[in-house]
Amino acid sequence: MQDAIALRDLVVDRGGRQVLSGINATVPHGTVTGLLGPSGSGKTTLLRALVGVQVVTAGTVTVLGHPAGAPQLRRRVGYLTQAPSIYADLTVRENARYFAALQGRGTTQADQAVTDVGLRAAAGQLVATLSGGQRSRASLACALVGDPELLVLDEPTVGQDPVLRAELWARFHAMAAAGTTLLISSHVMDEAARCDRLLLIREGRLIANDTPAAVRAATGVDDLEEAFLRMIQAGEAGTAGQEAS
Amino acid sequence: MNPRILAATTGRILRQLRHDRRTVALLVVVPAALLTVVYYMYVDQPTPPGQPAPFDRIALVLLGFFPFIIMFLVTSIAMLRERTSGTLERLLTTPLGKLDLLFGYGIAFGLAAVVQAAVAAAVAYWLFDLDTAGSSGLVILIAAVNAVLAVALGLLCSAFARTEFQAVQFMPVVVAPQLLLCGLFVPRDEMAGWLQAVSDVLPLSYSVEALLEVGSNAEPTATMWRDLAIVGGAAVLALILAAATLRRRSG
Repeated sequence: MQDAIALRDLVVDRGGRQVLSGINATVPHGTVTGLLGPSGSGKTTLLRALVGVQVVTAGTVTVLGHPAGAPQLRRRVGYLTQAPSIYADLTVRENARYFAALQGRGTTQADQAVTDVGLRAAAGQLVATLSGGQRSRASLACALVGDPELLVLDEPTVGQDPVLRAELWARFHAMAAAGTTLLISSHVMDEAARCDRLLLIREGRLIANDTPAAVRAATGVDDLEEAFLRMIQAGEAGTAGQEAS
Repeated sequence: MNPRILAATTGRILRQLRHDRRTVALLVVVPAALLTVVYYMYVDQPTPPGQPAPFDRIALVLLGFFPFIIMFLVTSIAMLRERTSGTLERLLTTPLGKLDLLFGYGIAFGLAAVVQAAVAAAVAYWLFDLDTAGSSGLVILIAAVNAVLAVALGLLCSAFARTEFQAVQFMPVVVAPQLLLCGLFVPRDEMAGWLQAVSDVLPLSYSVEALLEVGSNAEPTATMWRDLAIVGGAAVLALILAAATLRRRSG
């Protein structure tokens, strides 16, 4: 089966600096894929390229069989930006209902999405009065509301308490089991273990694209954070070797 | 454009406005308060023979001007907020068309301007005995079309502003020349030729002419309808230009 996402030689320059330098990767359908890397490594830029709001310097980005940003994808892809991008002067419910209407969905689906992120009690509250964690969940509800085939989530669990975080991850896996593809960025390595597959990027380059088990096996350590450190060090030793020769 | 998405966007913008009671109060009260000041400024001024009373002429033009300046400011800031809060970027990944968003703002703030102009006109006609030969309904119609023009120009200018500071600086650039040259201070046919030429391409000149036509003619004149069409056309043109400058992809 065709991959949900295919990146070929993706290069992106921002502000005179190369942020992504030739990324090649695929993401299979119906998986939860983690996009991990330190802050400033190019995660958000990669996600922006996938949803078609980033000017791409070179390479191709194919999403669900179409070039990223194609009009027919706008009903099929849900995007959660890193900073909550919802209207602070509307209530949670009003926000969800507006984004539902844009996707051709009704108020029932909107209210369901608000319930799904655990904000039913705060549905009538203005977003400006919510806590940071609640705000990002309200923003998440607006990404879930269209029931998209591909969900691109930029750090959805930042600032959430452990119980909610576990609930959200359980929901992500339930969605993947139902056929949705999820690409979730995080800079917290303990979230890597919750993913089916991992993409690790550092300084605009892809370091690993594998399952957590394969990453552990390849590096011989159980802790994923330690495994990534070893991969980075191995990569740097390789580059240094090339430069010396 | 998609009628369902356009309606949802218009409704969303009006709901945002409704939650902001202080802004609603300012929108409604400020023009009426300023008209009061103007009334007492001119109350003892003599009426030149064969001409309308100074208050009648100035209040009539101001009824069209207040929605113009206020809606320009409100729109510039609202659109800049869409940009800085990330909602614009998110909207552009949804099925929403650029014209759905821009016309949504035009319709929502146009409706707000109708309410604003109606309150200001009610104060001018009933409290201060504003006297126009034509109907007050036409005055409100011209004020509303003026407001839509201001929204369109605000949306267009916000494409060139990266910060609130820059957005606010566009107000004197766009509004002041139109106010100076619209014929309120010096009749347009008495201006130097080159100023008249500039005035001829500024849309506010036509809305002021349309208002003065309502002031001096009992029935709507052909000139008034032509002027109104020019102002409406300029608004649509500015909205289309704003759509052309709105990019889905950024660097």
